[in-house]
Amino acid sequence: MSTFASITHVVVALLLAPLLPGVINRVKAWFAGRRGPPLRQAYYDLWKLLQKGAVYSRTTTWLFVAGPVIGLACVVAALLLVPLGGVPALVAFQGDFLLAAYLLGLMRFFTITAALDTGSAFEGMGASREAFFSALTEPAMLLGLAALATQSHSLSLTAMYAAVDWPLMASAAGPALMLVGAALMIVFLAENARIPIDDPNTHLELTMIHEVMVLDHSGPDLAMIEYGSMLKLWVLGSLLVGILAPVRSGSWPVDLAVGVAGLLALAAVVGVIESVIARLRLVRVPQFLVAASVLSILALVLVMR
Amino acid sequence: MIWALLLVPAMAGLFSLVIRPNWPRRVLLLLTPAIHAGLVARCWSAPPAPVLNGWMALDAAGLLFLSITSALFLAAALYAIGYLASESRGQGFSNGEELPFVNFPEAVFAGCLLLFLSTMTLVTVSRHLGLMWVGVEATTLASAPLIYFHRQPRSLEATWKYLLICSVGIALALLGNFFVAVAARSAAGPTIRMTIDDLVANAGSLNPLWLKAAFLFFLVGYGTKMGLAPLHTWLPDAHSEAPSVVSALLSGALLNCALLTILRAHALLSAAKSAEFSSDLLVLFGLVSMFVAAVFILGQADFKRMLAYSSVEHMGILSLGIGVGGIATFGAMLHAVNHSLTKAMLFLVAGNILALYRTKSTTRVRGLLQTLPISGVLWLVGFLAIVGSPPFGPFLSELTILKGMFDTGRPIVAIAYLLALAVVFAGMATICLRMAYGPPPAAIGQGHGGAPGELTTCVTPHREPFWSVAPAAMLGLAVLVLGVYVPPQLTGLLNNAVKALGAN
Amino acid sequence: MTPWLDIILVLLILTNLHLLGSSRISACIRTVAAQALLLGAVSLLAQRGEVGLRLWLLAIVSTAIKAGVLPWLLRRAAREAGVQTEDEPFVGFTTSLLLGLGLLGAALHVAGRLPLPESDVPGFLLPVALFTVMVGLLVIVGRRKAVMQALGYLAMENGIYAFGLAFAVKEPLLVEMGVLLDVFVAVFVMGIAIHHISREFDHIDADRLSALKD
Repeated sequence: MSTFASITHVVVALLLAPLLPGVINRVKAWFAGRRGPPLRQAYYDLWKLLQKGAVYSRTTTWLFVAGPVIGLACVVAALLLVPLGGVPALVAFQGDFLLAAYLLGLMRFFTITAALDTGSAFEGMGASREAFFSALTEPAMLLGLAALATQSHSLSLTAMYAAVDWPLMASAAGPALMLVGAALMIVFLAENARIPIDDPNTHLELTMIHEVMVLDHSGPDLAMIEYGSMLKLWVLGSLLVGILAPVRSGSWPVDLAVGVAGLLALAAVVGVIESVIARLRLVRVPQFLVAASVLSILALVLVMR
Repeated sequence: MIWALLLVPAMAGLFSLVIRPNWPRRVLLLLTPAIHAGLVARCWSAPPAPVLNGWMALDAAGLLFLSITSALFLAAALYAIGYLASESRGQGFSNGEELPFVNFPEAVFAGCLLLFLSTMTLVTVSRHLGLMWVGVEATTLASAPLIYFHRQPRSLEATWKYLLICSVGIALALLGNFFVAVAARSAAGPTIRMTIDDLVANAGSLNPLWLKAAFLFFLVGYGTKMGLAPLHTWLPDAHSEAPSVVSALLSGALLNCALLTILRAHALLSAAKSAEFSSDLLVLFGLVSMFVAAVFILGQADFKRMLAYSSVEHMGILSLGIGVGGIATFGAMLHAVNHSLTKAMLFLVAGNILALYRTKSTTRVRGLLQTLPISGVLWLVGFLAIVGSPPFGPFLSELTILKGMFDTGRPIVAIAYLLALAVVFAGMATICLRMAYGPPPAAIGQGHGGAPGELTTCVTPHREPFWSVAPAAMLGLAVLVLGVYVPPQLTGLLNNAVKALGAN
Repeated sequence: MTPWLDIILVLLILTNLHLLGSSRISACIRTVAAQALLLGAVSLLAQRGEVGLRLWLLAIVSTAIKAGVLPWLLRRAAREAGVQTEDEPFVGFTTSLLLGLGLLGAALHVAGRLPLPESDVPGFLLPVALFTVMVGLLVIVGRRKAVMQALGYLAMENGIYAFGLAFAVKEPLLVEMGVLLDVFVAVFVMGIAIHHISREFDHIDADRLSALKD
């Protein structure tokens, strides 16, 4: 039964992931007083991109072509490992959270190398920033997950998240888990290149971090990158929703529905954040990310005592 | 009686703040320490009864330090009246800088001075740890405006450092108080009150771990106020920038009151059989203070700072004496008396020097014996006394402490002690002798003209008013007498103090 | 009762970390005021049994002074001196944050070594109190502006008050009066001193108060 639930979860994720950027953009437009693009705009964009041809620069090598493919493969693999609240993941074993974190890291690595492969100054700048900031978010994410692991006495994501239910949140361990949630929220914003770390709508290359790395991709490659980033939103969002929506009703359709609703709500919250806060100055971003690590460490300390 | 000791200066201080004309205030300033001294003298023969359910009482150690404070205040008050009179006559250049400055109102000075006396009395009569802490905190707050009397950038800097560092220290001492409360709380049986008597009586049932932690906080916290290195950084600044009267009181009386608090903590630990812990710490801090002071005295360019570092050194000696134990504790108590009298005398004389020479530089002040004969002699007498030369008092007390070190089997400590004393002697001798002898600058020696730096041999001595030399002379005489003959009443009081502090 | 106390203690830790990491002086003043409010809540929640009128009065007065009067005074001093941010502290903000974490570990370690007497408050209050004291000391040592030093002193006092609340509750009057005296009068005087400093020197960089040295 749980395998069926997991497969359903994966299929739902693959189908509904493009809804998340749609919700974010719709919320931002609503804040700006516009009506905004339709919720299914991301699907239309992906379809449009798949129909086009790709243009490759003469200075690029096989890395440039491989980058998007490997990235998409990594994030789909990570999707198989991550549970959504009470819905178990398709593949679960002790220590799978490390594999999930480093699959995302592998995706990032190939994006960076593909960017460097173009030989362009803009991509190089974006690549170096991305490398630096992701080095700072990594401890935040891993230590937050370590706090969860200590709390649930298990090293598998599925078991970790299955243990987070409402009685646990209301008990003495609640504040620590809230801190983990706060840290993971900052990691979510950082990894997905959202405000306040990176502005996805900026057109000035000097201010971009993530957008600039994919500047030279086109056609199906760009479609794979875009789809990969939507799935990354889903994957990291699942980690967050698992804590923030501690509903473990025992029946997987309910849990799945709650999870999806939670993800859509999270997308709306991100839209609100993007509309309300300004982007941080680049020199302040490391301090912000270190603050996330500090929150994770604090949560770990609280859980351990 | 105890209430009178506290309230007379407090009321007088408050009155001084509001009285407008100067002369009633000065009368009050002279009268109050006199009354206070009379009351204290009465306490020698008739010990006063405890008040407030044992929260305030005067034991031998408290009486000793109270007497020192009272005597010093009497001398300082006499000096202060003349000082205020000369300051108000518009001679506001006496701080070595050429910029004119406006003094704090005299009312604030006199009022704070009397409140200072009251708060120090509170420290000496408190038996309750919390009340003692309140007293020490109050002394910080009462003395801060006194340091800032000459409203100058340097005084302000000194006041800020004093305020911040001493407040941090006292906050840590408050934490120490709480630790003692926890130590008392873990004891089974009826509630132990936070008075020294109760705590010492029940010392066996206090939790030793909390008690030791409390002592550590007390030593660091009250040690900051006392001027133990490395917590002494506020001392040279505050004692050199304050008016000399205030410096004399700070060095001579306030540091002693902080010492009293540490003594009480040490007594508590001795009663709880953890004396080795506190003794070792006291010896360590004492040696560090002596060496730090010795290093900074060598080649010191400012003579008031030199005197301040000498205070640090002597506080180190006192800490050493208490930590070593045995007869050295008696020596330390005697040394507290000797040091206070000598240091106060030196600071009062330094005030005279500053008033005439208008500089605190040790190289620009020359020929004291010729320009200010009486003050010059007092300066030399003070120098000899403070470095521990016979026939003055400090020699006897330092020798007793040395004997105590050999008695308890700490020869290494004794060698380090003698080494530090020797270095301090060398440093201070160079400075003080250079200041006293030689030809004075022409501008001072002849009272007029002369290029800066020009020295002269044709000197007219300056007139030294009675108020400026009499207090210092009296203090010097007392130190000389104590070096030759210690009155039996004093010996009795010192022995009682040692017993009261729980050392053998 | 206990889960509320736990949440408040975690919030206290967060306020300390915010104090270490923030460079805006007005934000730091608000943080320290929030600390005082949280401690007032702790003092009321930690009483097992009936909370008498005297305790209510003490809590309200001390919280009003520490969260209202003193921050107002310091805000005024900062505004007069014209400073808004701590630009170049001696210990950088990221370093302070990481050092703060180290101090939290040290506080937990020390608190683990000290035997706790039975009391009404959770044992977690002791390391949090020690941590607050250490953070206050770190701010005093690491910051350049005199206002920040005064804020560090206030934070230190908050920590000492928290400790007193936890364990010296048999003499609550001692705790309250002690800390109130310390905080009110000392910070009041410090506020006046800062006013004088900014008038005299035209800055409140404690680092530049270096005319007196050997």
